[in-house]
Amino acid sequence: MESLSPARLTALRERANLVRQGIVRALASAGSGHSAGSLDMADVFAAFYGEILRHDPTRPDWEDRDRLLLSCGHIAPVRYSAMAYAGYFPVEELLTLRKFGTRLQGHPERVRLPAVETTSGPLGEGLAQGVGMALGAKLDEKEWRVYVVTSDAEHQCGLHWEAMMTAGKFELDNLTCVVDRNFIQIDGSTEDVMPLEPLANKYRSFNWEVFECNGNDVAEFVAVIEKAKAVRGKPQVVIAHTVPGKGVSYMEGDYTWHGKPPNREQADEALRQLEAERERIVAGNG
Amino acid sequence: MASADVLETVASMRLAEYRDAAVVKEVPTRNGFGEGLVEAGKRNRNVLAICADLVESTRMEAFKKALPAQYIEIGVAEQMLVAMAAGLASVGKIPFIASYAMFNPGRSWEQVRTTMALNETNVKIAGAHAGVSVGPDGATHQAIEDIALMRVIPQMTVVVPCDAIQTKRATLAVAERFGPAYLRFAREKSAVVTTEATPFQIGKAQIFRDGGDVAVVACGILVYNALVAADELAKEDGIACTVVNNHTIKPMDEPAILAAARRCGTVVTVEEHQIHAGMGSRVAEILAQHYPVPIEFVGVRDRFGQSGDPVELIEHYGMGTAAIKEAVRTALKRK
Ligand SMILES: Cc1ncc(C[n+]2csc(CCOP(=O)(O)OP(=O)(O)O)c2C)c(N)n1
Ligand SMILES: [Mg+2]
Repeated sequence: MESLSPARLTALRERANLVRQGIVRALASAGSGHSAGSLDMADVFAAFYGEILRHDPTRPDWEDRDRLLLSCGHIAPVRYSAMAYAGYFPVEELLTLRKFGTRLQGHPERVRLPAVETTSGPLGEGLAQGVGMALGAKLDEKEWRVYVVTSDAEHQCGLHWEAMMTAGKFELDNLTCVVDRNFIQIDGSTEDVMPLEPLANKYRSFNWEVFECNGNDVAEFVAVIEKAKAVRGKPQVVIAHTVPGKGVSYMEGDYTWHGKPPNREQADEALRQLEAERERIVAGNG
Repeated sequence: MASADVLETVASMRLAEYRDAAVVKEVPTRNGFGEGLVEAGKRNRNVLAICADLVESTRMEAFKKALPAQYIEIGVAEQMLVAMAAGLASVGKIPFIASYAMFNPGRSWEQVRTTMALNETNVKIAGAHAGVSVGPDGATHQAIEDIALMRVIPQMTVVVPCDAIQTKRATLAVAERFGPAYLRFAREKSAVVTTEATPFQIGKAQIFRDGGDVAVVACGILVYNALVAADELAKEDGIACTVVNNHTIKPMDEPAILAAARRCGTVVTVEEHQIHAGMGSRVAEILAQHYPVPIEFVGVRDRFGQSGDPVELIEHYGMGTAAIKEAVRTALKRK
């Protein structure tokens, strides 16, 4: 594949940074919501909307678009922010997050905001729907692809494994699952709550092609998706290793930020850190 | 019904001060569950607490600290939660299983029906964060169908306590009574309307206020709204309401429902749930069969919830005091 040009890479990294700033502002405005996972998936979502997806923000109902599903709906802020910066709606609308009457519900709702593709929040249901979409594309001989972003802890849900098995059976090579492998969930480390390892081997034994990457490195993620797209006869999973709370020093690696927002002061501090990082990125030494 | 039957509650004692938030203590009902569970676990070492990655918000945390050997964490796996608990119950344990009501019993319904109820096992479901008052999380997390799902299952006991103190009592009561049970509670702080002295018995509805014009039958945290509405109606319009705390949805206290209907000749039901198939529907079934009178239903009218502030959502979905007062006036006109 063509690797990203330096200018393109800088633009994507700046986009990921802005997506993080959007997340922080939205969560602080909402006064509730999920910080850690939203921030750690900013690079992945910036890459999807900025580089990977075949999509058109002015035509969210374009039939031949790639489908991107967010299975772990609690990290909706990262998707909303990435969509806003991609041009789906004004960035300022992020400040309506979780407020009465908003399209930006606490967990994404397809009826209110069709471009999210499906309603999610209850964990473990995204991959199964992605399997349905990918199978539909095969039946109709369509070219578009299906991407499903999942959290690691939702691999504790039975339905997810039913979906893995089904994707293997139907050899859905037009389906890519991305796992936010941040090792945290609400009650602590995934490996304490209900161990998931060896996760890669589990996917392999379900007839999936497995890739792993640093999910906080835009270039690496874009490259690994290119490889996944080239696989034939098998669904692919990208286990994206991420740092929960990535980009905000006082949140990084701390599971207690799973489900709380920064307060005003904390948000100001986060935005200061992120803006300094953005300047480094743009200056070419970030 | 004679007014002598009215229970001594904070409500009846302090009606005048009712809307003065300073005198009404506010505590989330889930806190009562947390306290009751620790006590139940100390009284009987067969009581287990099993959680699906929500130990703090379901208030199982205190139990986990106090009785770690009786605590089990199983991760995000609500179907496993129920079926495993049924297994544990069948070898003599008394598992309390907790998640958000939307996921347990929402996601796990068939496991509840087969492994828990058809099996007649001694499993207790704690459904946290029920109702639209969950707030900003939105529709995906707002269980407003769970009473219907549970009350339709044979053998199931279904309890929706009115405040934190009563939730503690109900937790202890279901621990001591053999059989599958569902306890429902809410996320937000809500008014404490009972006292430590208020009795509690599964299946025994409570009269919190007596009046001859309209019987308001409520459950859960909306009992407080019903009391406030009754108070305001008495002062503003001279309408006298009976207010029933109908905390046990199943088995419902039929004699109490019938007595309230006979006393007033018209009924308003109030619940934080779809009006279809919930507590009010059960009241309607009882009255339609034995003593038909006009009924008005306060609850969610066949819609999903959404993100918003809890109080804002209670108002928006027609469960605030103004909506209850309106329903009472309508019920009175239909008499
Ligand atoms: C079926 C279901 N059960 C429980 C929950 C409540 N819940 C929200 S997020 C979460 C787990 C968090 O861990 P993870 O999914 O890895 O997300 P992260 O904290 O890494 O963002 C749980 C149990 C839910 N949303 N869905
Ligand atoms: Mg995680």
